[in-house]
Amino acid sequence: MTTWPILSVTTFLPLVGALIVYLSRGDDEAARRNSRWIALWTTLITFAVSVILVMRFDPANPDFQFVEKANWLATGITYHMGVDGISLPLVILTTAVMPFCIIASWKAITNRVREYMMAFLILETLMIGTFSALDLVLFYLFFEGGLIPMFLIIGVWGGPRRVYASFKFFLYTLLGSVLMLLAIMALYWNGGTTDIPTLMHTAVPRSLQTWAWLAFFASFAVKMPMWPVHTWLPDAHVEAPTAGSVVLAAILLKMGGYGFLRFSLPMFPLASHDFAPLIFTLSAIAIIYTSLVALMQEDMKKLIAYSSVAHMGFVTMGIFAGTMQGVAGGMFQMISHGIVSGALFLCVGVVYDRLHTREIAAYGGLVNRMPLYAMTFMVFTMANVGLPGTSGFVGEFMTLLGTFKVSIPTAFFASFGVILSAAYALWLYRKVVFGALAKPSLATMKDLTLRECVILFPMIALTILFGVYPKPVLDMSAASVQQLVNNYNTAVTAVKAAALLH
Amino acid sequence: MSFETAGYQLAPVLPEIVLAVGAMALLMLGAYRGQGTTGAITSLAVVLLVVVGVLEYMLPAGKHVTFGGSFIVDDFARFMKILALIGSAVTLILSTEFLSDPSRRIFEYAILVLLSTLGMMVLISAGDLISLYLGLELMSLALYVVAASNRDNAKSTEAGLKYFVLGALSSGMLLYGASLIYGFTGTVSFTGIAAVATVSNVGLLFGLVFLLVGLCFKVSAVPFHMWTPDVYEGAPTPVTAFFASAPKVAALAVFTRVTLTAFPGIVSQWQQILVFVSIASMALGSFAAIGQTNIKRLMAYSSIGHMGFALVGLASGTVEGAQGVLMYIVIYVAMTLGSFSIILAMRRNGQAVEQISDFAGLSRTNPLLAFMFAMLLFSLAGIPPLAGFFAKWYVFVAAIKANLFTLAVIGVLTSVVGAYYYLAIVKTMYFDEPAGQVDPVRGEVKTVLAVAGLFNILFALFAGPVVSVASAAAKSLF
Repeated sequence: MTTWPILSVTTFLPLVGALIVYLSRGDDEAARRNSRWIALWTTLITFAVSVILVMRFDPANPDFQFVEKANWLATGITYHMGVDGISLPLVILTTAVMPFCIIASWKAITNRVREYMMAFLILETLMIGTFSALDLVLFYLFFEGGLIPMFLIIGVWGGPRRVYASFKFFLYTLLGSVLMLLAIMALYWNGGTTDIPTLMHTAVPRSLQTWAWLAFFASFAVKMPMWPVHTWLPDAHVEAPTAGSVVLAAILLKMGGYGFLRFSLPMFPLASHDFAPLIFTLSAIAIIYTSLVALMQEDMKKLIAYSSVAHMGFVTMGIFAGTMQGVAGGMFQMISHGIVSGALFLCVGVVYDRLHTREIAAYGGLVNRMPLYAMTFMVFTMANVGLPGTSGFVGEFMTLLGTFKVSIPTAFFASFGVILSAAYALWLYRKVVFGALAKPSLATMKDLTLRECVILFPMIALTILFGVYPKPVLDMSAASVQQLVNNYNTAVTAVKAAALLH
Repeated sequence: MSFETAGYQLAPVLPEIVLAVGAMALLMLGAYRGQGTTGAITSLAVVLLVVVGVLEYMLPAGKHVTFGGSFIVDDFARFMKILALIGSAVTLILSTEFLSDPSRRIFEYAILVLLSTLGMMVLISAGDLISLYLGLELMSLALYVVAASNRDNAKSTEAGLKYFVLGALSSGMLLYGASLIYGFTGTVSFTGIAAVATVSNVGLLFGLVFLLVGLCFKVSAVPFHMWTPDVYEGAPTPVTAFFASAPKVAALAVFTRVTLTAFPGIVSQWQQILVFVSIASMALGSFAAIGQTNIKRLMAYSSIGHMGFALVGLASGTVEGAQGVLMYIVIYVAMTLGSFSIILAMRRNGQAVEQISDFAGLSRTNPLLAFMFAMLLFSLAGIPPLAGFFAKWYVFVAAIKANLFTLAVIGVLTSVVGAYYYLAIVKTMYFDEPAGQVDPVRGEVKTVLAVAGLFNILFALFAGPVVSVASAAAKSLF
């Protein structure tokens, strides 16, 4: 049925778009408009192609689909692409969020528009590639390659401390990833290939599992980010332009969770089991500590950034619980957080574009001038809190449920996060939206424009839809998650049984 | 192999003979026609290098040994020679602008580059310590003069003199080491040494250490790197580009051949030396570069670091390691030539500018140049999907296989430190305000930049064939 390489087309379409943007010369207003439209159409077409992926995807099949394989480097390193129930939702998330990012930058970015659009399109290719690569070297290529456009996006179009933030982002992530690179090499010599499906069925000696797990952990924990290596995230978020923050929160952070699901659990089940308490501890600390830190923030973006770290804590906790509910919940939480946190950053962007400050104290009483905005912001705030009926609830609930079976203390401490998130999110909302409209600078604030509605309303719809009816997402990943959990449990039980025999 | 039939064939040396005769002919032409022929001689020299490269490529496949074992042509030699020839030819092309100045019309420049290249080819093919020394000296003596070719400039003269004095010292050490090795093994041929040197004895070890010191000097590995920053900064930029490319290829080639073919029996002995040298080079190359303000000096430290990375492959002492070295040097040469063509392109009001601050805002004044340089810098930092990543992959994958974990971990960590100063230049070009317009870039520089830049960016697409060629070349050493 699939005679054309649909996955490669999805992956490299944005790159083609970037090339077209590059070829459209000129720096006048017309050229800028052109590059915006080209970028928008590219992302929309990419999204359309990825919808074909969903339609042709067989959710009952837990294995990789749309597989493409070609010779690349000699000796066991191939160009191998494919998606399963774990990667496909993330691919769709990527292609779906990108058009919003382009529209969100429509007016906000006025200098070097061409380069900006090119950076975003190249970044999209690299992100989709990360989720659909089935070869470790290819994966690393996409995974690390994403640093270059993101570095430039933060550094060129960022805020006042952009240089510091971009360097911190780049070097922090690179430091984690180079250790993973060495582990990839060790796996290569162990299995004679870097083919991911093959490596999933290759036995890895216990000691190598431990070291490789730690090395992969170094990379994904930074990317995720987990406490205590999260400090790059608030800086990067605050300084990045709105669309940059959205991509960062919605997609780049998911690479860490995806990495844990794709590599750590299937390839190093024993090490994952051994280190689960470490992950639980770090997750619980992340949930409580960063929520408390979020309470103290004066910058809106920084607050949301810290809340992202807390929400990612739920994801890691759920994933390493190794139960069906935990892993599926972690998966769902990633998708949900992708939509909600992306939307929250867009909401901040809306008022930032008008007043050019993100300080919470500069706002107050916006409901009086911007009722639509107040409504929109409220939906996402509630989703961030995890109110039942929004997608945020489903993920948090499932991960807590899954963890409860494995570690009651972790679930106990993590549930404080639910309360704390209500505290900081509602506090933010009250400060910004409610109260009297006392500040003169706010008196002329305009409500959401049509462009902003186009971005935010679909996201509201998705947030509520997935909150009430999470089945589409859960179904898509169910078979693959089930297989992952089964394999993990089989491996762990086998070792426990062997230990009992001795 | 009988003495008469295989011992003294001239066919495998044909490219070298052509190069030598061609260089002499051009010398005569220059000597009789005067400095007015500089441009023509430079062009002819490039043509000559291309012809020699084609000849080298067309030599019958397989391993040829001639001059009683002194001269070896195998896949490895062919690979390295062609690379060195490309390096020399490209740097000659890049020198056109430098030589066009009326005060610097020196036709000897091209002749010296040719002779130096001839030395490199002998060095790469060396099968015993004698031809190694001959090749090395021919290469180095020409380089000393080239370094000082801008003779009215005090810095250039200083660079030449410094390079000469320290180079002579290192040659002395190398010679001393060679004599010790000869004394303790009774032979100068690499295969002969390999047959004897199966157990280490102190005298042989002394010889080995001195030999390695000499070679480390030539590849500018720490702690024998001191000359590099001064020479790189002082020498005219095209000369620096030359120093950073072709001679490094030759020195690394002979380094690989000597260690792997003459001392395979005592790998553990030289391995620890190489591990130390490569760790020291990588660390110094990345830390010392941070404080630099002159781009050429920075490139010097960068090349020290890169030689450290290349030696990581060699330290593993395996086929994979040799393949890693080959991959590294190919990509390194491409990145270096690309970077230097950008440094050459950086001119304001007819004057070359060399400070890193001069690159400020280049992304606005000349976006294409800035983009190419940024990609080269990311590649030098080893960020995928650029070529530099593959270079690092192949050396570290060999180190991991040889269980050199400490070396690998320290290596990748220093590469993160190194990334910092490459990023700092990208930052200057992209985040800072423009420092002024850049002169239009000359055609030949543009061409070199385009080829090197595209090689660097698109390497992932054609990495497969390069890997197989490098793998075949590496296997020919074993």
